[in-house]
Amino acid sequence: MADAPQLPDEAEVRARWGNFQWTPENAEKAREIMGRYPAGRQMSCTIPYLDLAQRQVGAETNTQGWLPIPVIEFIAKQLDMPYIRVFEVATFYTMFNLVPVGRFHVQVCGTTPCMLRGSDDVMAACKARGLKKGHTTEDGLFTLTEVECMGNCSSAPMVQINDDNFEDLTYDRTLTILDALAKGESPKPGTQEPGRHTVEPLGAPTNLAAMETANHDYRGEW
Amino acid sequence: MLADKDRIFTNVYGFQPWNLPAAQKRGDWDKTKDLMSIGQDAIIDKIKASGLRGRGGAGFPTGMKWSFMPKEPRPDRPNFLVINADESEPGSCKDREIIRHDPHKLIEGALIAGFAMRARAAYIYIRGEYIREAETLFAAVKEAYDAGLLGKNACKSGYDFDVFVHRGAGAYICGEETAMLESLEGKKGQPRLKPPFPAGAGLYGCPTTVNNVESIAVVPTILRRGPEWFSSFGNENNRGTKLFQISGHVEKPCVVEEAMSIPFRELIEKHCGGIRGGWDNLLAVIPGGSSVPLVPAAQIMDCPMDFDGLRALGSGLGTAAIIVMDKSTDVVRAISRLSYFYKHESCGQCTPCREGTGWMWRVMERLRTGDADISEIDTLQQVTKQVEGHTICALGDAAAWPIQGLIRHFRPELERRINERQAGNGMQEAAE
Repeated sequence: MADAPQLPDEAEVRARWGNFQWTPENAEKAREIMGRYPAGRQMSCTIPYLDLAQRQVGAETNTQGWLPIPVIEFIAKQLDMPYIRVFEVATFYTMFNLVPVGRFHVQVCGTTPCMLRGSDDVMAACKARGLKKGHTTEDGLFTLTEVECMGNCSSAPMVQINDDNFEDLTYDRTLTILDALAKGESPKPGTQEPGRHTVEPLGAPTNLAAMETANHDYRGEW
Repeated sequence: MLADKDRIFTNVYGFQPWNLPAAQKRGDWDKTKDLMSIGQDAIIDKIKASGLRGRGGAGFPTGMKWSFMPKEPRPDRPNFLVINADESEPGSCKDREIIRHDPHKLIEGALIAGFAMRARAAYIYIRGEYIREAETLFAAVKEAYDAGLLGKNACKSGYDFDVFVHRGAGAYICGEETAMLESLEGKKGQPRLKPPFPAGAGLYGCPTTVNNVESIAVVPTILRRGPEWFSSFGNENNRGTKLFQISGHVEKPCVVEEAMSIPFRELIEKHCGGIRGGWDNLLAVIPGGSSVPLVPAAQIMDCPMDFDGLRALGSGLGTAAIIVMDKSTDVVRAISRLSYFYKHESCGQCTPCREGTGWMWRVMERLRTGDADISEIDTLQQVTKQVEGHTICALGDAAAWPIQGLIRHFRPELERRINERQAGNGMQEAAE
């Protein structure tokens, strides 16, 4: 449990977040989410509601958001569930932040497929810009986390920053992205390899060449 | 090599739009009503005849799985289809391409499969980290509803069917089918004891079938082209086409659809530009995602990439996520990093896994630097055997197998590190 998060001071958190309510827009989204599940199964909304709440907290603090205890209590009331049932979900899933994070949550994949393609270099680039695993930079801009396989293995190594993936990284490409974000720019997500579109083999196509230029219908050749 | 006309996922690289008009031009949602009109049992029979085995890793025959569902569900206990898009196995990155570039294949497949198993609705459980992919999927489902392809009287077939998307929040274990159901019900994703199996009591206690994204997405094409077409690819018992995902030390990593049973060397030569540094530089391959044991270079080179071919080598096809390692790889670190992955992802429910994964990782880290005794290799092997098969779900097995594969094939390397370190220490002592 050495890496269990130190929850922020409860009195301060209550003072700031004790009156948490959905924004009108999110209240509408919450209603829509509830509609996906059968009547009486509102507990299924736990994960979507926690995600929605974390995003709302993020929007209010200009960060990637987190889940203060009063917010979790609010969701438990919304879903008519005991607080602990919601809290245990918030602690079980890694995407829920139990402590505040920065404006950019830099999540470097370090699992073997990325490691083989050079995730050490990506980590080194983050370090070179002052990012430290598990910490937020002093200016509140970047939080660095090492995460487990993100499913971008054929365009590894990769980093997920907020909602976007940046793939086919090198040390220099990582620096370029971090610097662009710090300057307030929006670097292009996806693969950073020049000439590559997504996960096709780089260079001359080995298959489905006709699809590159037109929405080809192969049914005539069946 | 598989001809382009025989590829199911023609937009896998996303050169063309994913949206409904573009997908329809490629042949999706074409006379879906007619595909359904042959009847539920006939659809299941065709899928059985096609030889389709589940694409999520275990390779269970898909048609047979569907046939376990109750034929006449009670109104208060409907059948459900849950589609497993919680793609988190290290090395696997195929479902992401289907979802973000060809989502309508999946949604059409959900309707047909759901109809065949008499399901009231499908839930697509997509991993939380696939944020943009989920946005695409939500939008594609909405397109299908707006066009009357889903919902009441879906595709004018007379059948009512809903498709819902549910996002996870970052937990590998939710890819295990019963953990996924727990998570869908809003709980921690901790696997359930089986029996009862999901087909008897699954989501909300109702009969449920859990299928992988790729298994569902290939269904419409199989019905359109006939089971004989699909079973014309691959060796006996390993039929069809398959999305292979190649990562690691090849010249050009990629995701590519190929015929099952394609030899490893042919797959790498045709699509990946060969091994980095040539074939002599190949060290080992993890052929099916992190959960299967690695295979040394000499054994894998001419092996057919299918369920039975890889099982004969003591490994498995898994999700066909091929992790290639050349001779520059620190193979002990590569496996140790996987041990860390399983330690991180153990849900903590069963003691052998909760404690064992951490223990195995710590020993692996010492073996990586050689800071161990030779006898600890055998101790580690014994501990993997005590974790394997002693847990509710297969995560314990998955954590044990990569280590067993390493010991089986790279024991001399482990011993070399220990001996070198001990010799180094001895020399230091002598110098003092």
